[in-house]
Amino acid sequence: MTQATASAAALARDPAWHGRIGGFIAFLVVLWPLLAWSEFRPWLLFDSQGLAAMRGFLAGFLPPSTAPDFLALLARSTLETLAMATAGMALAFVLAAPLAFVATRALSISRIGPGPGVWRAAIVRQSSRFVLMVLRAVPEVVWALVLVRALGLGPGAGVLALGIAYGGLLGKVYSEILESTDTQPARALLEAGSGRLAALLYGLVPGAAQELASYTVYRWECAVRASVVMGFVGAGGLGQLMDQSMKMLNGGEASAILLTFLVLVLLADGISAALRKALA
Amino acid sequence: MTTPQTTFDGRAWSPCLACLAGALGLLAVVVASFVYLSVSWGDLVSMESMRLMGRFIAEFFPPDLSASFLARTAEASLQTLAVSSIGTLLAALVAMPLALPASGRFGRLSRAASRLLLNVLRSVPELVWATLMVLAAGLGPMAGTLALAVHTAGVLGRLFGETLENLPPTAERALREAGAGPVAAFGYANLPLAAPQWLGYALYRWEMNIRMAAVLGFVGAGGLGQMLYFHLSLFQQAQAMTVLLAMFVLVVGVDAASGWLRQRLTPARG
Amino acid sequence: MAFALAGCGLVHANGHRALEQVSLAAAQGERLAVIGASGAGKTTLLRVLGASLRPGEGEVELLASAPWRLAPAPLKRLRARIGTIHQQPPIPPRLRVVTAVLAGRLGRWPPWRALASLVYPADMAGAHAALAQLGLGDRLFDRCDRLSGGQLQRVGIARVLYQQPALMLADEPVSSLDPTLADQTLAALVAASERDGATLVASLHAVDLALKWFPRIVGMRSGRVVFDLPAGSVTPEMLSALYTSEGGVPPVHGIALHADDAPVASATLQAARL
Repeated sequence: MTQATASAAALARDPAWHGRIGGFIAFLVVLWPLLAWSEFRPWLLFDSQGLAAMRGFLAGFLPPSTAPDFLALLARSTLETLAMATAGMALAFVLAAPLAFVATRALSISRIGPGPGVWRAAIVRQSSRFVLMVLRAVPEVVWALVLVRALGLGPGAGVLALGIAYGGLLGKVYSEILESTDTQPARALLEAGSGRLAALLYGLVPGAAQELASYTVYRWECAVRASVVMGFVGAGGLGQLMDQSMKMLNGGEASAILLTFLVLVLLADGISAALRKALA
Repeated sequence: MTTPQTTFDGRAWSPCLACLAGALGLLAVVVASFVYLSVSWGDLVSMESMRLMGRFIAEFFPPDLSASFLARTAEASLQTLAVSSIGTLLAALVAMPLALPASGRFGRLSRAASRLLLNVLRSVPELVWATLMVLAAGLGPMAGTLALAVHTAGVLGRLFGETLENLPPTAERALREAGAGPVAAFGYANLPLAAPQWLGYALYRWEMNIRMAAVLGFVGAGGLGQMLYFHLSLFQQAQAMTVLLAMFVLVVGVDAASGWLRQRLTPARG
Repeated sequence: MAFALAGCGLVHANGHRALEQVSLAAAQGERLAVIGASGAGKTTLLRVLGASLRPGEGEVELLASAPWRLAPAPLKRLRARIGTIHQQPPIPPRLRVVTAVLAGRLGRWPPWRALASLVYPADMAGAHAALAQLGLGDRLFDRCDRLSGGQLQRVGIARVLYQQPALMLADEPVSSLDPTLADQTLAALVAASERDGATLVASLHAVDLALKWFPRIVGMRSGRVVFDLPAGSVTPEMLSALYTSEGGVPPVHGIALHADDAPVASATLQAARL
C-alpha cells in the first residue's frame, strides 16, 4: 500500500482555516459600519414610548370593523385591486413580449455562421436587454409614486407602474426561459430560412409554453400583492384604503382590511397553484 | 408525456378546445379589468395629457448633481444598503431555527404551527410591516430593517424548510444508525447538503430587499425612499431624479455583488 | 459472543420476504464473509446486525445486549460500537474528506465537540492515519465530490476504521475497486480488525476474495442461510447452487493474487481456489 508521505507540518493545521478566518473577519469588518448606518438599536424597541404606542394601536385592532358602508367600500376596493393586477399584467405582457423576442439569443439569425450583421444584431440585443434592466431596476412602487404625481390618485397610475416594472421582469425571465429550453428546433428553422417570429412560435414556444405560462401566473399572484402595496402611495385599491385607515389610527378598519388582504392573497395563491397544475 | 405539437406530415397543430376557451376567458377577464377600473383611457392617451406627461417627464432632467446634494444622496444610499443587508441577515438568522420545525423534524403539529407563522410573516407586505414598525420603533431606518427582517424571515423560513424536507435522508440516517446524536447528525449530514442552497436563497433575497429597502422610506423608514417621497411631494423633480439614479446604481451594484458572492461561496460542482 | 441471531425473519413493507429463519452467531474477533446472488438478503442481514432493521421474527443479540429492548440512550451507545461500511457511501458531496472521516466518532463525541470540529477539524492526525491505511493519506483536505467512486468508497471505509468499532459490518466494501486495489483494501480491513480485536462481517459479491480473506463463509439464498462453513470446506457445487439465478457461475473479482501462487487467469472457481 503506497503511503503518502504527508509531512507532520502539513498535518498540524487545516489549510482551509486561513480562508475561513479571513472571511469571518472580513464579514465583521463590513458588518460594523452597516449596523451604524442603519441605526440599529434594538433596545429602543422596549422603551416605554414605543411599547405604549404599539399597545394602543394593537388594542384598537380588535374587533375588526363591520360597518355595512365600510364593508361595501372594502368589496369595491378588493375588486379594484384585482382589476389593477390583471390589467397591469396584461400591459406588462404587451411590453415584455416584443422586448424578449428581440433579446433572445436563440432567435438570432446573424449568429449562425456567424453571418452578416453580427455586431449590429448584438447591439440591438444588448440594447433591448438594457431597456429591460432599466425597467425592472426601479421597483413598481417607485414607478407608482412618480406616476401618481403625474396622473393623480387612482388605479391608473398603478396599472401603468405594474406594466412598466413587471414588463421588464417578465421580459427578462421570458428570454431566459426561451434560451434555457432546447434551442435546436428554433435553430433548425432559422437555418432553413424561416423568419424569427416563425422560429419563435414553432421552435421555442411549444417547448417553453408551460414554463412561460407558469411564470406568468406566478407573477400575476405577485402583482395582486404589489397592487395593494402601490395603493399605499395613492394608486387606489385595498392599499389606499388601508393607508387612510392607518393614518386615522382606526385599528378596527385596518385589521378588517388586513384580514381581507390575507384572504385575497390566499385565494390568489390557490388560483395560481391550480392554474399552474392544470398547465403542467 | 407531452403530445407533439406538429404532426409528421407537416400539418400545423390544431389547438384543443379547452385551450381556446381558456384563452378567450383570459381575454375577457383582462378586458373586464380595464373596463372596471373606469379610468378614462381615452383621456389618458389624448394629445393634451401626452403633452402634460411630456412636460412632467422633462422636468426630471437634468438631475441635480450639485456636490452637497450628491453627498446627501450618497449618505441615504449607504443607509438603504445597510437596511437591506442587516434586514436580510437578521431574517436568515431567524429563519434557520424556524426551518427545522417547518421541515417536519419535530412532528406534524410543530410543522403546521411554524408554517402558519411563516405564512403570516410573509403574506403581510413589507410596507405594511414598516408602517407597524414605525409605530413601535419610531421613524427612521431601524423600522425598515425590522420590517424587512420580519417579512423576509417568513420567506426564507419557508424556503429553508422546503430545502431541508427535500434532502435525501440517507446521509443523516447512516450517521444516526452509527450512534450519532441528532445535533451531530444534522451538522454532518443535512447542514453541508442544505447550506449552499440556503446561501443562494439568502443572497437572492438580498437582491430583492435592496429594492424594497428603497421603497420602505416612503412610510418613514429613512434612506433613499424617504428622500424620494420628500422631494416628489415638493415637486422637486430634479432632485427626485438624482435619487432615482442612485436607486438604480444601488440595485445594479447589489445584483453584481450578490452574483459574485454566489459564485465564490457556492461554486458549481464537478 | 459478538452477536447471535436466532430464527430471524424479516418481511419488508412491500411484502417482500428478505430473511427467513436466519440463525447466525460469532465470537468476538471472528471474520466471516457472506456471499450470495443479488437479492439473497445479504444487505438486510447486515442491517439487522447493525441494529438498523428490526426483524419481525426471532431474537437478536449484539455485543451482549438485546438492542431492541434497550432504552434510546444505551441503544445509541451500542450503535456507536458497531460500524457499517455502506455500499454507496452516504457522504454529502461538499464535505471534505477529513470531516467525512472524523464523522466516524460522532457517536462518542458530545454535540459541542462535533460542531466545533466542523469549523476546525478536531483530530487530523487520526483521520490521516485511517486514510493512510487505504492509500488516501494525501487526499485529507480534498472535497468528496472531487473523488472517484472507488476513492469515495475507501473514504467510507476509513470512516469506520477511525470509529474503531467492536463489530465491523461491510456491505460490498470493494465493489467499486479494481482487482488489485480490492485485494489491498480487504487486506487493510482485515489487518485493522485483527489489530483492534474487532469482529468483521463482510458481504462480498466476488467469491474469490471471500475465500481468500475470510476463514468462515456464510452462503445465502432467498433470505435463508444455505451453508455456514470454514472456507476450506466450501465446494464448487455449493457455490453453483447459490448462484443459480446468475447462471450457476459464481462471480469472481478477477485475477486473485496470492503470495504463494502464480497469478491465475482462469475465471472458473477451481482456478480461484488454488
